[in-house]
Amino acid sequence: MSIDRVIAYLLRSWLLLALIFVFTPIIISFIFSFSPKHYPTLPLGGFSTGWYEKIATEATVLPAFINSIKAGVIVAVISTFIGFAAAYTDYRYRFFGKNFYLALALLPPTIPVLILGLVMLIYLSRISLVGELHSVVFAHVVYCIPFAMALIRLRLAQMNPDLESAAWNLGANSWRAMRDVILPFTLPSIFAALALTMAVSFDEYMIAFFTSGISETLPVRVLVFLGGRVSPRINAVGSVVFTISMALVILAQILLLRRRGGERAAA
Amino acid sequence: MIDGPKNRRAPKIDGYALFWGAPLALWQLAFFLAPLVFLVVMTFWTVKNFRLTADFDTVNWVSLFSKSYVIDTYFRTLWYGALAAIGCSVLAFPASYALAFKASPTIQRICIFMFITPFFTSYLVRIYTWQTVLYGNGALNVVFSYVGLGPFEFLNTLFGTLVGYLTLTLPLVILLQYFSMSNIDRNLIEAAHNLGCGRLRTVFMVIVPSAKTGIILAGTFAFILCFGDLVSPTFLGGGKPLTLSILIVDSVKQGNQWPRAAVVAVVMVLTLIVVAFTALYFAYRVKKPKT
Repeated sequence: MSIDRVIAYLLRSWLLLALIFVFTPIIISFIFSFSPKHYPTLPLGGFSTGWYEKIATEATVLPAFINSIKAGVIVAVISTFIGFAAAYTDYRYRFFGKNFYLALALLPPTIPVLILGLVMLIYLSRISLVGELHSVVFAHVVYCIPFAMALIRLRLAQMNPDLESAAWNLGANSWRAMRDVILPFTLPSIFAALALTMAVSFDEYMIAFFTSGISETLPVRVLVFLGGRVSPRINAVGSVVFTISMALVILAQILLLRRRGGERAAA
Repeated sequence: MIDGPKNRRAPKIDGYALFWGAPLALWQLAFFLAPLVFLVVMTFWTVKNFRLTADFDTVNWVSLFSKSYVIDTYFRTLWYGALAAIGCSVLAFPASYALAFKASPTIQRICIFMFITPFFTSYLVRIYTWQTVLYGNGALNVVFSYVGLGPFEFLNTLFGTLVGYLTLTLPLVILLQYFSMSNIDRNLIEAAHNLGCGRLRTVFMVIVPSAKTGIILAGTFAFILCFGDLVSPTFLGGGKPLTLSILIVDSVKQGNQWPRAAVVAVVMVLTLIVVAFTALYFAYRVKKPKT
Protein backbone atom coordinates (compact mmCIF):
# COMPACT_ATOMS: atom_id res chain seq x y z
CA MET A 1 0.00 0.00 0.00
CA SER A 2 2.71 2.46 0.96
CA ILE A 3 4.63 2.08 -2.31
CA ASP A 4 1.43 2.99 -4.15
CA ARG A 5 1.30 6.14 -2.10
CA VAL A 6 4.89 7.05 -2.88
CA ILE A 7 4.23 6.59 -6.58
CA ALA A 8 1.09 8.69 -6.37
CA TYR A 9 3.02 11.47 -4.61
CA LEU A 10 5.80 11.35 -7.18
CA LEU A 11 3.30 11.53 -10.04
CA ARG A 12 1.47 14.45 -8.44
CA SER A 13 4.75 16.27 -7.87
CA TRP A 14 5.55 15.82 -11.54
CA LEU A 15 2.17 17.34 -12.42
CA LEU A 16 2.97 20.25 -10.11
CA LEU A 17 6.36 20.68 -11.79
CA ALA A 18 4.65 20.81 -15.19
CA LEU A 19 2.30 23.52 -13.89
CA ILE A 20 5.25 25.46 -12.49
CA PHE A 21 7.09 25.23 -15.81
CA VAL A 22 4.02 26.45 -17.70
CA PHE A 23 3.34 29.32 -15.33
CA THR A 24 6.91 30.47 -14.68
CA PRO A 25 7.13 32.75 -17.73
CA ILE A 26 3.58 34.04 -17.24
CA ILE A 27 4.04 35.00 -13.60
CA ILE A 28 7.61 36.24 -13.94
CA SER A 29 6.61 38.47 -16.84
CA PHE A 30 3.95 39.97 -14.62
CA ILE A 31 6.40 40.51 -11.73
CA PHE A 32 9.20 41.86 -13.92
CA SER A 33 6.82 44.38 -15.48
CA PHE A 34 7.02 46.20 -12.15
CA SER A 35 10.80 46.00 -11.92
CA PRO A 36 12.68 49.29 -12.23
CA LYS A 37 15.73 47.61 -13.77
CA HIS A 38 16.50 47.37 -17.44
CA TYR A 39 17.87 43.87 -16.99
CA PRO A 40 15.43 42.46 -14.46
CA THR A 41 16.77 39.65 -12.30
CA LEU A 42 16.66 38.45 -8.70
CA PRO A 43 16.42 40.22 -6.27
CA LEU A 44 13.92 42.57 -7.89
CA GLY A 45 15.30 45.78 -6.39
CA GLY A 46 12.20 47.89 -5.98
CA PHE A 47 8.77 48.50 -7.42
CA SER A 48 7.99 50.76 -10.30
CA THR A 49 5.24 51.35 -12.81
CA GLY A 50 7.76 52.98 -15.11
CA TRP A 51 7.40 50.48 -17.95
CA TYR A 52 3.64 51.00 -17.98
CA GLU A 53 4.11 54.76 -18.16
CA LYS A 54 6.64 54.21 -20.91
CA ILE A 55 4.30 52.14 -23.08
CA ALA A 56 1.42 54.53 -22.38
CA THR A 57 3.42 57.43 -23.73
CA GLU A 58 5.32 55.66 -26.46
CA ALA A 59 4.14 56.78 -29.88
CA THR A 60 4.17 53.31 -31.45
CA VAL A 61 2.33 51.35 -28.78
CA LEU A 62 -1.04 53.06 -28.61
CA PRO A 63 -1.75 53.01 -32.36
CA ALA A 64 -0.68 49.35 -32.43
CA PHE A 65 -3.02 48.65 -29.55
CA ILE A 66 -5.91 50.37 -31.33
CA ASN A 67 -5.11 48.49 -34.56
CA SER A 68 -5.16 45.22 -32.63
CA ILE A 69 -8.56 45.99 -31.12
CA LYS A 70 -9.99 47.06 -34.47
CA ALA A 71 -8.65 44.00 -36.28
CA GLY A 72 -9.73 41.75 -33.41
CA VAL A 73 -13.34 42.98 -33.46
CA ILE A 74 -13.69 42.78 -37.24
CA VAL A 75 -12.01 39.36 -37.38
CA ALA A 76 -14.24 38.08 -34.58
CA VAL A 77 -17.44 39.16 -36.34
CA ILE A 78 -16.51 37.84 -39.80
CA SER A 79 -14.95 34.56 -38.68
CA THR A 80 -17.80 33.82 -36.27
CA PHE A 81 -20.37 34.42 -39.01
CA ILE A 82 -18.51 32.22 -41.49
CA GLY A 83 -17.77 29.65 -38.79
CA PHE A 84 -21.45 29.53 -37.86
CA ALA A 85 -22.54 29.22 -41.48
CA ALA A 86 -20.03 26.42 -42.10
CA ALA A 87 -20.94 24.58 -38.90
CA TYR A 88 -24.63 24.77 -39.80
CA THR A 89 -23.91 23.57 -43.35
CA ASP A 90 -21.94 20.65 -41.96
CA TYR A 91 -24.75 19.90 -39.49
CA ARG A 92 -27.62 20.01 -41.92
CA TYR A 93 -26.37 19.11 -45.37
CA ARG A 94 -24.65 16.23 -47.01
CA PHE A 95 -23.22 17.02 -50.40
CA PHE A 96 -20.61 16.11 -52.97
CA GLY A 97 -17.14 17.28 -51.92
CA LYS A 98 -18.05 17.71 -48.30
CA ASN A 99 -14.72 16.31 -47.12
CA PHE A 100 -12.89 18.86 -49.23
CA TYR A 101 -15.18 21.56 -47.82
CA LEU A 102 -14.38 20.52 -44.26
CA ALA A 103 -10.67 20.31 -45.02
CA LEU A 104 -10.78 23.89 -46.31
CA ALA A 105 -12.46 24.89 -43.07
CA LEU A 106 -10.22 23.06 -40.62
CA LEU A 107 -6.75 22.92 -42.18
CA PRO A 108 -5.38 26.45 -41.69
CA PRO A 109 -4.14 25.96 -38.10
CA THR A 110 -1.98 23.01 -39.19
CA ILE A 111 0.04 25.24 -41.52
CA PRO A 112 2.81 27.06 -39.61
CA VAL A 113 1.86 30.69 -39.03
CA LEU A 114 5.18 31.76 -40.50
CA ILE A 115 4.22 30.14 -43.81
CA LEU A 116 0.64 31.46 -43.66
CA GLY A 117 2.09 34.92 -43.16
CA LEU A 118 4.55 34.54 -46.02
CA VAL A 119 1.86 33.12 -48.31
CA MET A 120 -0.57 35.90 -47.52
CA LEU A 121 2.04 38.57 -48.05
CA ILE A 122 3.08 37.19 -51.44
CA TYR A 123 -0.52 36.71 -52.53
CA LEU A 124 -2.03 39.93 -51.22
CA SER A 125 0.82 42.01 -52.63
CA ARG A 126 0.05 40.56 -56.08
CA ILE A 127 -3.55 41.69 -55.87
CA SER A 128 -2.49 44.97 -54.23
CA LEU A 129 -4.25 44.45 -50.95
CA VAL A 130 -1.22 44.33 -48.68
CA GLY A 131 0.11 46.61 -46.00
CA GLU A 132 -3.14 47.77 -44.47
CA LEU A 133 -5.16 46.60 -41.55
CA HIS A 134 -7.62 44.84 -43.86
CA SER A 135 -4.87 42.50 -45.05
CA VAL A 136 -4.39 41.37 -41.46
CA VAL A 137 -8.15 40.82 -41.28
CA PHE A 138 -8.26 38.67 -44.45
CA ALA A 139 -5.50 36.43 -43.13
CA HIS A 140 -6.68 36.25 -39.53
CA VAL A 141 -10.20 35.28 -40.54
CA VAL A 142 -8.76 32.28 -42.43
CA TYR A 143 -6.91 31.29 -39.28
CA CYS A 144 -9.82 31.93 -36.88
CA ILE A 145 -12.70 30.25 -38.76
CA PRO A 146 -11.78 26.72 -37.55
CA PHE A 147 -11.95 27.81 -33.90
CA ALA A 148 -15.35 29.44 -34.31
CA MET A 149 -16.66 26.58 -36.41
CA ALA A 150 -15.53 23.92 -33.92
CA LEU A 151 -17.18 25.67 -30.96
CA ILE A 152 -20.49 26.19 -32.75
CA ARG A 153 -20.48 22.72 -34.32
CA LEU A 154 -20.07 21.18 -30.85
CA ARG A 155 -23.11 23.11 -29.68
CA LEU A 156 -25.15 22.04 -32.71
CA ALA A 157 -24.24 18.42 -31.99
CA GLN A 158 -26.06 18.76 -28.65
CA MET A 159 -29.25 19.86 -30.38
CA ASN A 160 -32.08 17.46 -30.98
CA PRO A 161 -32.23 17.29 -34.79
CA ASP A 162 -36.00 16.86 -34.66
CA LEU A 163 -36.40 20.41 -33.30
CA GLU A 164 -35.71 21.99 -36.66
CA SER A 165 -37.90 19.49 -38.53
CA ALA A 166 -40.67 20.12 -36.01
CA ALA A 167 -40.51 23.84 -36.76
CA TRP A 168 -40.77 23.13 -40.48
CA ASN A 169 -43.74 20.85 -39.96
CA LEU A 170 -45.43 23.54 -37.93
CA GLY A 171 -45.23 25.75 -40.98
CA ALA A 172 -42.04 27.70 -40.43
CA ASN A 173 -39.91 28.15 -43.51
CA SER A 174 -36.16 27.56 -43.32
CA TRP A 175 -35.36 31.17 -42.43
CA ARG A 176 -37.96 31.29 -39.70
CA ALA A 177 -36.70 28.01 -38.22
CA MET A 178 -33.18 29.39 -38.28
CA ARG A 179 -34.28 32.53 -36.44
CA ASP A 180 -36.54 30.90 -33.87
CA VAL A 181 -34.85 27.53 -33.29
CA ILE A 182 -31.22 27.31 -34.38
CA LEU A 183 -30.05 30.81 -33.47
CA PRO A 184 -31.40 30.88 -29.91
CA PHE A 185 -29.98 27.44 -29.26
CA THR A 186 -26.49 28.26 -30.54
CA LEU A 187 -26.36 31.80 -29.18
CA PRO A 188 -24.04 31.07 -26.22
CA SER A 189 -21.56 29.31 -28.49
CA ILE A 190 -21.74 32.24 -30.91
CA PHE A 191 -20.75 34.62 -28.13
CA ALA A 192 -18.03 32.22 -27.00
CA ALA A 193 -16.74 32.04 -30.58
CA LEU A 194 -16.71 35.84 -30.81
CA ALA A 195 -14.59 36.09 -27.65
CA LEU A 196 -12.27 33.24 -28.62
CA THR A 197 -11.59 34.42 -32.17
CA MET A 198 -11.00 37.95 -30.92
CA ALA A 199 -8.48 36.61 -28.38
CA VAL A 200 -6.73 34.53 -31.06
CA SER A 201 -6.51 37.45 -33.46
CA PHE A 202 -5.43 39.79 -30.68
CA ASP A 203 -2.45 37.56 -29.85
CA GLU A 204 -1.39 36.48 -33.32
CA TYR A 205 1.90 38.09 -34.33
CA MET A 206 3.46 36.15 -37.21
CA ILE A 207 0.78 36.58 -39.88
CA ALA A 208 0.24 40.13 -38.74
CA PHE A 209 3.98 40.77 -38.91
CA PHE A 210 4.06 39.83 -42.56
CA THR A 211 0.84 41.44 -43.69
CA SER A 212 0.29 44.50 -41.56
CA GLY A 213 2.87 46.76 -43.21
CA ILE A 214 2.57 50.19 -41.68
CA SER A 215 -0.60 49.32 -39.76
CA GLU A 216 1.18 47.15 -37.25
CA THR A 217 -0.77 45.47 -34.47
CA LEU A 218 0.31 45.16 -30.86
CA PRO A 219 1.92 41.69 -31.05
CA VAL A 220 3.88 42.87 -34.09
CA ARG A 221 5.16 45.76 -32.00
CA VAL A 222 6.25 43.23 -29.36
CA LEU A 223 8.07 41.28 -32.07
CA VAL A 224 9.85 44.48 -33.09
CA PHE A 225 10.79 45.15 -29.45
CA LEU A 226 12.02 41.57 -29.19
CA GLY A 227 14.19 42.00 -32.27
CA GLY A 228 15.79 45.00 -30.55
CA ARG A 229 16.92 42.70 -27.73
CA VAL A 230 16.21 43.34 -24.08
CA SER A 231 13.25 45.59 -23.50
CA PRO A 232 11.23 45.23 -20.30
CA ARG A 233 8.43 47.12 -22.06
CA ILE A 234 7.46 43.70 -23.41
CA ASN A 235 6.54 42.61 -19.89
CA ALA A 236 4.23 45.58 -19.46
CA VAL A 237 2.64 45.08 -22.88
CA GLY A 238 2.31 41.36 -22.20
CA SER A 239 0.60 41.91 -18.87
CA VAL A 240 -1.92 44.27 -20.42
CA VAL A 241 -2.62 41.86 -23.28
CA PHE A 242 -2.88 38.93 -20.88
CA THR A 243 -5.44 40.77 -18.77
CA ILE A 244 -7.55 41.57 -21.83
CA SER A 245 -7.33 38.04 -23.24
CA MET A 246 -8.22 36.46 -19.92
CA ALA A 247 -11.16 38.84 -19.55
CA LEU A 248 -12.42 37.66 -22.95
CA VAL A 249 -11.91 34.00 -22.08
CA ILE A 250 -13.63 34.29 -18.73
CA LEU A 251 -16.47 36.13 -20.41
CA ALA A 252 -16.79 33.26 -22.89
CA GLN A 253 -16.74 30.74 -20.02
CA ILE A 254 -19.43 32.61 -18.11
CA LEU A 255 -21.63 32.77 -21.20
CA LEU A 256 -21.29 29.03 -21.77
CA LEU A 257 -21.77 28.13 -18.10
CA ARG A 258 -24.73 30.44 -17.58
CA ARG A 259 -26.45 28.80 -20.51
CA ARG A 260 -25.75 25.34 -19.13
CA GLY A 261 -26.99 26.44 -15.70
CA GLY A 262 -30.14 27.83 -17.29
CA GLU A 263 -30.84 24.53 -18.99
CA ARG A 264 -30.41 22.64 -15.77
CA ALA A 265 -32.85 25.00 -14.08
CA ALA A 266 -35.34 24.52 -16.89
CA ALA A 267 -35.05 20.77 -16.85
CA MET B 1 -45.65 21.87 -45.97
CA ILE B 2 -47.80 18.90 -45.11
CA ASP B 3 -45.91 16.46 -47.25
CA GLY B 4 -44.74 14.47 -44.27
CA PRO B 5 -41.53 14.78 -42.29
CA LYS B 6 -38.74 16.06 -44.43
CA ASN B 7 -35.65 14.08 -45.03
CA ARG B 8 -33.16 16.13 -43.00
CA ARG B 9 -30.19 14.61 -44.71
CA ALA B 10 -31.03 15.44 -48.29
CA PRO B 11 -32.71 18.82 -48.47
CA LYS B 12 -32.62 20.52 -51.82
CA ILE B 13 -29.85 22.99 -52.53
CA ASP B 14 -31.58 26.35 -52.68
CA GLY B 15 -30.81 29.97 -51.89
CA TYR B 16 -30.99 29.23 -48.21
CA ALA B 17 -28.41 26.45 -48.42
CA LEU B 18 -26.11 28.61 -50.53
CA PHE B 19 -26.38 31.50 -48.09
CA TRP B 20 -24.92 29.34 -45.32
CA GLY B 21 -22.65 27.11 -47.36
CA ALA B 22 -21.01 29.57 -49.69
CA PRO B 23 -19.24 32.08 -47.38
CA LEU B 24 -16.72 29.57 -46.09
CA ALA B 25 -16.01 28.15 -49.53
CA LEU B 26 -15.56 31.61 -51.06
CA TRP B 27 -13.41 32.99 -48.27
CA GLN B 28 -11.11 29.98 -47.98
CA LEU B 29 -10.77 29.64 -51.75
CA ALA B 30 -9.87 33.31 -52.08
CA PHE B 31 -7.64 33.69 -49.04
CA PHE B 32 -6.35 30.21 -48.26
CA LEU B 33 -6.30 27.88 -51.25
CA ALA B 34 -5.49 30.49 -53.88
CA PRO B 35 -2.54 31.84 -51.86
CA LEU B 36 -1.20 28.30 -51.37
CA VAL B 37 -1.47 27.58 -55.10
CA PHE B 38 0.21 30.88 -55.81
CA LEU B 39 3.01 29.93 -53.42
CA VAL B 40 3.75 26.87 -55.55
CA VAL B 41 3.67 28.97 -58.72
CA MET B 42 6.03 31.47 -57.11
CA THR B 43 8.69 28.78 -56.60
CA PHE B 44 9.26 28.83 -60.36
CA TRP B 45 9.68 32.59 -60.61
CA THR B 46 13.05 34.26 -60.70
CA VAL B 47 14.63 37.34 -59.20
CA LYS B 48 16.52 39.50 -61.67
CA ASN B 49 18.25 42.62 -60.42
CA PHE B 50 16.28 42.38 -57.18
CA ARG B 51 13.05 42.36 -59.16
CA LEU B 52 10.59 39.52 -59.08
CA THR B 53 9.90 38.19 -62.56
CA ALA B 54 7.15 35.79 -63.61
CA ASP B 55 8.92 32.83 -65.09
CA PHE B 56 8.97 29.07 -65.30
CA ASP B 57 12.39 28.11 -64.11
CA THR B 58 13.41 25.35 -61.75
CA VAL B 59 16.52 27.31 -60.75
CA ASN B 60 15.28 27.94 -57.19
CA TRP B 61 14.64 24.27 -56.56
CA VAL B 62 17.93 23.19 -58.09
CA SER B 63 20.08 25.80 -56.40
CA LEU B 64 18.57 25.26 -52.95
CA PHE B 65 18.81 21.50 -53.05
CA SER B 66 22.36 21.53 -54.34
CA LYS B 67 23.53 23.43 -51.26
CA SER B 68 24.61 21.10 -48.51
CA TYR B 69 23.74 23.56 -45.73
CA VAL B 70 20.13 23.61 -46.93
CA ILE B 71 19.93 19.83 -46.80
CA ASP B 72 21.58 19.91 -43.36
CA THR B 73 19.09 22.53 -42.20
CA TYR B 74 16.21 20.43 -43.44
CA PHE B 75 17.29 17.38 -41.48
CA ARG B 76 18.20 19.47 -38.45
CA THR B 77 14.71 20.99 -38.38
CA LEU B 78 13.18 17.53 -38.74
CA TRP B 79 15.36 16.34 -35.87
CA TYR B 80 14.47 19.34 -33.66
CA GLY B 81 10.78 18.77 -34.34
CA ALA B 82 11.05 15.05 -33.58
CA LEU B 83 13.12 15.71 -30.46
CA ALA B 84 10.56 18.25 -29.23
CA ALA B 85 7.61 15.99 -30.02
CA ILE B 86 9.08 12.90 -28.37
CA GLY B 87 10.65 14.80 -25.47
CA CYS B 88 7.46 16.71 -24.78
CA SER B 89 5.31 13.56 -24.99
CA VAL B 90 7.58 11.72 -22.55
CA LEU B 91 7.75 14.64 -20.12
CA ALA B 92 4.02 15.24 -20.35
CA PHE B 93 2.97 11.64 -19.84
CA PRO B 94 3.50 11.31 -16.05
CA ALA B 95 1.75 14.65 -15.55
CA SER B 96 -1.29 13.76 -17.65
CA TYR B 97 -1.33 10.30 -16.06
CA ALA B 98 -1.36 11.85 -12.60
CA LEU B 99 -4.11 14.23 -13.70
CA ALA B 100 -6.24 11.43 -15.12
CA PHE B 101 -5.81 8.83 -12.39
CA LYS B 102 -4.41 10.46 -9.24
CA ALA B 103 -6.40 13.68 -8.96
CA SER B 104 -9.88 14.48 -7.65
CA PRO B 105 -12.47 15.83 -10.11
CA THR B 106 -12.10 19.34 -8.65
CA ILE B 107 -8.30 19.28 -9.07
CA GLN B 108 -8.80 17.96 -12.60
CA ARG B 109 -11.09 20.84 -13.49
CA ILE B 110 -8.72 23.42 -12.01
CA CYS B 111 -5.71 21.90 -13.77
CA ILE B 112 -7.53 21.81 -17.12
CA PHE B 113 -8.34 25.50 -16.74
CA MET B 114 -4.72 26.21 -15.80
CA PHE B 115 -3.35 24.35 -18.80
CA ILE B 116 -5.75 26.23 -21.09
CA THR B 117 -4.65 29.62 -19.73
CA PRO B 118 -1.30 29.73 -21.61
CA PHE B 119 -3.13 29.65 -24.95
CA PHE B 120 -4.33 33.13 -24.12
CA THR B 121 -1.01 34.57 -23.13
CA SER B 122 1.30 35.82 -25.80
CA TYR B 123 3.83 33.18 -26.79
CA LEU B 124 6.22 36.02 -27.69
CA VAL B 125 6.01 37.49 -24.21
CA ARG B 126 6.64 34.10 -22.63
CA ILE B 127 9.71 33.58 -24.82
CA TYR B 128 10.97 37.03 -23.93
CA THR B 129 10.54 36.21 -20.24
CA TRP B 130 12.51 32.98 -20.71
CA GLN B 131 15.26 35.13 -22.22
CA THR B 132 15.44 37.27 -19.12
CA VAL B 133 15.29 34.19 -16.89
CA LEU B 134 17.90 32.17 -18.79
CA TYR B 135 20.59 34.71 -19.69
CA GLY B 136 23.98 34.87 -17.99
CA ASN B 137 22.94 36.98 -14.98
CA GLY B 138 19.32 35.98 -15.20
CA ALA B 139 17.08 34.70 -12.45
CA LEU B 140 17.86 31.02 -13.02
CA ASN B 141 21.61 31.50 -12.71
CA VAL B 142 21.06 33.63 -9.58
CA VAL B 143 19.14 30.72 -8.09
CA PHE B 144 21.93 28.34 -9.07
CA SER B 145 24.58 30.64 -7.56
CA TYR B 146 22.77 30.44 -4.19
CA VAL B 147 23.57 26.73 -4.11
CA GLY B 148 27.07 27.33 -5.44
CA LEU B 149 26.55 26.20 -9.03
CA GLY B 150 26.95 27.84 -12.38
CA PRO B 151 26.72 30.20 -14.04
CA PHE B 152 25.51 28.10 -16.95
CA GLU B 153 25.05 29.17 -20.53
CA PHE B 154 21.39 28.43 -21.26
CA LEU B 155 20.70 31.02 -23.90
CA ASN B 156 21.69 30.54 -27.54
CA THR B 157 21.96 26.80 -27.10
CA LEU B 158 19.83 23.84 -28.13
CA PHE B 159 18.67 23.72 -24.52
CA GLY B 160 17.25 27.22 -24.88
CA THR B 161 15.44 26.30 -28.08
CA LEU B 162 13.98 23.21 -26.42
CA VAL B 163 12.73 25.25 -23.45
CA GLY B 164 10.93 27.42 -25.98
CA TYR B 165 9.46 24.42 -27.81
CA LEU B 166 8.29 22.97 -24.51
CA THR B 167 6.66 26.30 -23.60
CA LEU B 168 4.80 26.15 -26.89
CA THR B 169 3.67 22.52 -26.72
CA LEU B 170 3.54 21.20 -23.15
CA PRO B 171 0.06 22.51 -22.19
CA LEU B 172 -1.51 21.20 -25.42
CA VAL B 173 0.17 17.80 -25.18
CA ILE B 174 -0.81 17.34 -21.53
CA LEU B 175 -4.43 18.26 -22.29
CA LEU B 176 -4.70 15.91 -25.28
CA GLN B 177 -3.05 13.03 -23.41
CA TYR B 178 -5.28 13.68 -20.41
CA PHE B 179 -8.48 13.66 -22.48
CA SER B 180 -7.54 10.38 -24.14
CA MET B 181 -6.65 8.76 -20.81
CA SER B 182 -9.67 10.00 -18.91
CA ASN B 183 -11.87 8.11 -21.36
CA ILE B 184 -10.29 4.75 -20.60
CA ASP B 185 -12.68 2.25 -19.05
CA ARG B 186 -11.51 1.86 -15.44
CA ASN B 187 -12.71 -1.75 -15.43
CA LEU B 188 -9.98 -2.53 -17.95
CA ILE B 189 -7.30 -1.37 -15.52
CA GLU B 190 -8.98 -3.15 -12.66
CA ALA B 191 -9.08 -6.35 -14.70
CA ALA B 192 -5.38 -6.07 -15.52
CA HIS B 193 -4.59 -5.68 -11.82
CA ASN B 194 -6.77 -8.62 -10.86
CA LEU B 195 -5.04 -10.78 -13.44
CA GLY B 196 -1.75 -10.02 -11.73
CA CYS B 197 -0.45 -7.41 -14.17
CA GLY B 198 2.21 -5.20 -12.53
CA ARG B 199 1.98 -1.40 -12.36
CA LEU B 200 4.40 -0.59 -15.15
CA ARG B 201 3.08 -3.41 -17.26
CA THR B 202 -0.47 -2.08 -16.83
CA VAL B 203 0.68 1.33 -18.01
CA PHE B 204 2.40 0.02 -21.11
CA MET B 205 0.11 -2.88 -21.98
CA VAL B 206 -3.28 -1.38 -21.10
CA ILE B 207 -3.22 2.39 -20.68
CA VAL B 208 -0.84 3.45 -23.45
CA PRO B 209 -2.52 1.26 -26.12
CA SER B 210 -5.98 2.47 -25.05
CA ALA B 211 -4.90 6.12 -25.19
CA LYS B 212 -2.85 5.57 -28.35
CA THR B 213 -4.85 7.89 -30.59
CA GLY B 214 -4.60 10.85 -28.23
CA ILE B 215 -0.92 10.28 -27.48
CA ILE B 216 0.03 10.11 -31.16
CA LEU B 217 -2.12 13.11 -32.09
CA ALA B 218 -0.58 15.13 -29.24
CA GLY B 219 2.93 14.28 -30.41
CA THR B 220 2.00 15.16 -33.98
CA PHE B 221 0.66 18.56 -32.95
CA ALA B 222 3.87 19.16 -31.01
CA PHE B 223 5.88 18.28 -34.11
CA ILE B 224 3.79 20.55 -36.35
CA LEU B 225 4.11 23.49 -33.97
CA CYS B 226 7.86 23.14 -33.38
CA PHE B 227 8.77 22.30 -36.97
CA GLY B 228 7.38 25.63 -38.14
CA ASP B 229 8.28 27.76 -35.14
CA LEU B 230 10.46 30.78 -35.76
CA VAL B 231 10.50 32.40 -32.35
CA SER B 232 12.20 29.81 -30.13
CA PRO B 233 15.17 29.01 -32.39
CA THR B 234 15.67 32.72 -33.07
CA PHE B 235 15.33 34.25 -29.63
CA LEU B 236 16.30 31.36 -27.36
CA GLY B 237 18.53 29.37 -29.71
CA GLY B 238 20.31 32.47 -30.97
CA GLY B 239 19.44 31.89 -34.63
CA LYS B 240 22.29 29.41 -35.02
CA PRO B 241 22.33 26.72 -36.20
CA LEU B 242 19.72 27.46 -38.82
CA THR B 243 16.26 25.99 -38.95
CA LEU B 244 13.98 26.09 -41.99
CA SER B 245 11.87 28.90 -40.55
CA ILE B 246 14.97 31.05 -40.03
CA LEU B 247 16.05 30.16 -43.58
CA ILE B 248 12.72 31.51 -44.89
CA VAL B 249 13.10 34.80 -43.05
CA ASP B 250 16.75 35.13 -44.14
CA SER B 251 15.85 34.51 -47.78
CA VAL B 252 13.27 37.27 -47.63
CA LYS B 253 15.47 39.74 -45.79
CA GLN B 254 18.53 39.20 -47.95
CA GLY B 255 17.88 40.34 -51.49
CA ASN B 256 14.16 39.70 -51.72
CA GLN B 257 14.58 36.02 -52.47
CA TRP B 258 10.85 35.38 -52.32
CA PRO B 259 10.94 32.39 -54.70
CA ARG B 260 13.53 30.66 -52.53
CA ALA B 261 11.49 31.33 -49.42
CA ALA B 262 8.54 29.87 -51.31
CA VAL B 263 10.50 26.70 -52.12
CA VAL B 264 11.38 26.23 -48.45
CA ALA B 265 7.77 26.89 -47.48
CA VAL B 266 6.43 24.35 -50.00
CA VAL B 267 8.91 21.74 -48.78
CA MET B 268 7.83 22.41 -45.21
CA VAL B 269 4.12 22.08 -46.03
CA LEU B 270 4.74 18.84 -47.94
CA THR B 271 6.75 17.46 -45.03
CA LEU B 272 3.98 18.35 -42.59
CA ILE B 273 1.36 16.70 -44.79
CA VAL B 274 3.41 13.49 -44.97
CA VAL B 275 4.03 13.51 -41.21
CA ALA B 276 0.38 14.28 -40.41
CA PHE B 277 -0.99 11.50 -42.63
CA THR B 278 1.56 8.98 -41.37
CA ALA B 279 0.62 9.87 -37.80
CA LEU B 280 -3.11 9.65 -38.55
CA TYR B 281 -2.55 6.21 -40.07
CA PHE B 282 -0.83 4.96 -36.94
CA ALA B 283 -3.22 6.78 -34.60
CA TYR B 284 -6.35 5.19 -36.04
CA ARG B 285 -4.91 1.89 -37.22
CA VAL B 286 -6.74 -1.06 -35.72
CA LYS B 287 -4.37 -3.85 -34.92
CA LYS B 288 -5.53 -7.17 -36.27
CA PRO B 289 -5.80 -9.69 -33.47
CA LYS B 290 -3.01 -12.24 -33.55
CA THR B 291 -4.20 -15.67 -34.52
